[in-house]
Amino acid sequence: MNGETAGLFYLFGFFVVLVSICGLYCILVTRNLIRAIIGLEILIKGVTLLLVVAGYAAGQPALSQALVITVIVIEVVLIAVAGGIALRVFRHTDSLEVGELRKLKE
Amino acid sequence: MQINIVLLILMVLAALWSVMSRSLLKATVGLALTSAIITMLMFRLGAALAAVFELSVCTGLITVVFVSTISLTKPLTHKEITELSKDRIKRYWYLPVIVALAAAGMAVLRIPKDFAMPNLPAIAADVRVVLWNARQLDLFGQIIVIIIGALGVVILFEERRRDEW
Repeated sequence: MNGETAGLFYLFGFFVVLVSICGLYCILVTRNLIRAIIGLEILIKGVTLLLVVAGYAAGQPALSQALVITVIVIEVVLIAVAGGIALRVFRHTDSLEVGELRKLKE
Repeated sequence: MQINIVLLILMVLAALWSVMSRSLLKATVGLALTSAIITMLMFRLGAALAAVFELSVCTGLITVVFVSTISLTKPLTHKEITELSKDRIKRYWYLPVIVALAAAGMAVLRIPKDFAMPNLPAIAADVRVVLWNARQLDLFGQIIVIIIGALGVVILFEERRRDEW
């Protein structure tokens, strides 16, 4: 890995960390189920970009693209199921607030 | 390089907007914007196929899923929004501060640029060859996950009478 590629990897890594902080903060702070899913999605976006740039820096762009495609497929399934769960919770409790889910313990 | 920096800054701003916006629809639009900017970055890194997937699936399909989920839930009243927004400001104003502190911290710490990536043996130059020849087991896994996801969605979105819950 030459200096320019290392610099590019460092630059992308720098911003990926910032995006991941946004996603993690959203998951930790929010009380809304849909917003929590959005936070998770932002985290996955950071991972996706990091995979692509790691493949570019390591000289394995094809392998990283194959991994990214797998991540995207899993991501869509996850979002569809999570959206369905959020909708079910809304119909059950008439709210999307996470605090309303205390009855799960009983 | 400059274009990359501009796009990366826009990506962080879009993610921040997505997290901090009051409306769920605006948050979804922010997410789609983040995804579109990541698509541009992927194109710039030469990952065209992954970029097309990201654009069509993450920017398009996931936004549609989010908007339909939001549209099926009840919007908040004006009073609730006013009460929530005061609470939100208290909870979310830390985020730009944390992001700025993290950026400053990473800039000061200066992670060494001369670190080396592991030298993996080259599998193939073409993504299609990698997908179909080297990662067949993963593809089967993906197919199973998609089927499970489809079944899950069918069960979860199934309409039932209210007294059946």
